[in-house]
Amino acid sequence: MSSAPAPRPLPARPARPKADGGARIAREDPAPVRWALTAAALLVIGVLIVVPVANVFWQAFRGGLAAYGRAIFGDADTLAAIRLTLTVAPIAVAVNTVFGLAAAWAIARFRFPGRTFLTSLIDLPFSVSPVVAGLSMMMLFGMQGYLGPWLRAHGWKIVFATPGIVIATAFVTLPFVARELIPTMEALGDEEEIAAVSLGASGWQTFRRVTLPNVKWGLLYGLILCNARAMGEFGAVYVVSGRITGQTDTIPLRVEKLFQEYRTAESFAVASLLTLLALVTLVLKVFLEERRRRELAEAARLDTEGEVAP
Amino acid sequence: MNTRTTKRVLPGFRPSLAWTLGYLGLLVLVPLGATFLRASSLGWNEFWSAVWTERARAAYRVTFGASLVASLASVVLGLLVAWVLVRYPFPGRRLVDSLVDLPFALPTAVAGLVYSDLYVEKGWLGRFLVPLGIRGAYSWLAIVLVLVFIGVPFVVRTVQPVLAEIDADVEEAAACLGATRWQTFRHVLFPMLVPAAVTGFALAFARSLGEYGSVVFVSGNMPYKTEIAPVLIVSRLEEFQYAEATAIAVVLLALSFSMLLGINLLERWSRHE
Repeated sequence: MSSAPAPRPLPARPARPKADGGARIAREDPAPVRWALTAAALLVIGVLIVVPVANVFWQAFRGGLAAYGRAIFGDADTLAAIRLTLTVAPIAVAVNTVFGLAAAWAIARFRFPGRTFLTSLIDLPFSVSPVVAGLSMMMLFGMQGYLGPWLRAHGWKIVFATPGIVIATAFVTLPFVARELIPTMEALGDEEEIAAVSLGASGWQTFRRVTLPNVKWGLLYGLILCNARAMGEFGAVYVVSGRITGQTDTIPLRVEKLFQEYRTAESFAVASLLTLLALVTLVLKVFLEERRRRELAEAARLDTEGEVAP
Repeated sequence: MNTRTTKRVLPGFRPSLAWTLGYLGLLVLVPLGATFLRASSLGWNEFWSAVWTERARAAYRVTFGASLVASLASVVLGLLVAWVLVRYPFPGRRLVDSLVDLPFALPTAVAGLVYSDLYVEKGWLGRFLVPLGIRGAYSWLAIVLVLVFIGVPFVVRTVQPVLAEIDADVEEAAACLGATRWQTFRHVLFPMLVPAAVTGFALAFARSLGEYGSVVFVSGNMPYKTEIAPVLIVSRLEEFQYAEATAIAVVLLALSFSMLLGINLLERWSRHE
């Protein structure tokens, strides 16, 4: 634009940079305001979030490393709780991942009546109280529920056992994968998949070779959030598990039981495992957000290039 | 159902939709339906006497009041944090930004455990606050505190993107017309943030109404004083009073459904602003 050697229109030009500088000044608050607000915001985050996290680790390690190790590895019931959580969470995450992929395929790739309604219905478990979620499982699978007596008669134990804990966990973590995948797949568009199908790929090949590699970071993002919630779920599992020590206590339930038994140090030691999980989740989240942004930016770039070069 | 408006080139519509509906139906809708069915088998009088006992009314009051105060506080604090994160570069901003998400990732039981420990007389924060008469553990205030912890990220994450997208021109125009910074914020920026702030409030409020894991640790669960509705449901279940528990659950469910509807409408509204 400015490559023309012709005489420049003098009056308009110099005004421009000044206006830009003016905009910056117009947006800038006086330094004392800036410092005061920044300090206040840091105080909020510090008191609400940083101090509690520091306190967990301080309480957990207060008795020394040996006591910490004993609290976790020396207690059979705590180990059973860890084992149960490591069994339940992967199953819940796996079934919700399959659901998320199916839902994203149906919702982001096809138009059908009730599509918007279905999308908001997927978020429903987020607005139901975990306790109510647990109770609704009891109303179906418990002895007072509609299916309970029949299940018992056929030797199925759902409530107060691992299957009930898995189902309750799956209920509360249902939306995580789907709600990450649906917008990702919508943003990516369906051109590549249509190309694959028209070149003779089967539906399954298209999904595995085209869709999955395209959405992998979005999928992983949903997975780690789903997993964090699955391992940390309390209310729903509290209701359906029956809290049988050493059998149906998950890690969060174990934290509560130790707290009720006034074994505070051990309670914090076990809680520190979950806090570590949360911190690892946050780190992975930051990493994946970056990847995901690039994934979508790449898709957008290919999209516009495709339009420029026919 | 066969309204084929566009030709479906891609395969797998029927199985994927069938799986989605089947899974969602079996896991979520059937159990919730069973809960409603169970409550409706009670009969109106029985239902009413279950949900409107003195203890239940006190529990609704605590749940509602604490959630309302906590969500309002979350809006104020969330706006502050979002403003600073978007507007003022400072060292460690990215770290602080990612820490905002911690309440989403931290199990509620851990939040409850640590909040109950921080605000007692010998706790890290309680040692300063308890002498001032501020009891942030085993009290009504304790419920509010832990709900603020849970609510703030909702407000920050809804306000932040909106704030980041506001054009510099808007503020420039206000400044050119002679507005002070405060006037610009009060009359120009703040109205633009209202839809997002209200959505954040609604999300935090909806979450607070159902919150159980963290509150049960910090509140002391005293009937009539610091007992929230989900805690009352659990204690009714433990007393094998299934009818009463289900009735109160239905009240909470109706509340959640109306919140969900409200949030959907709000999000539509804020997108149109």
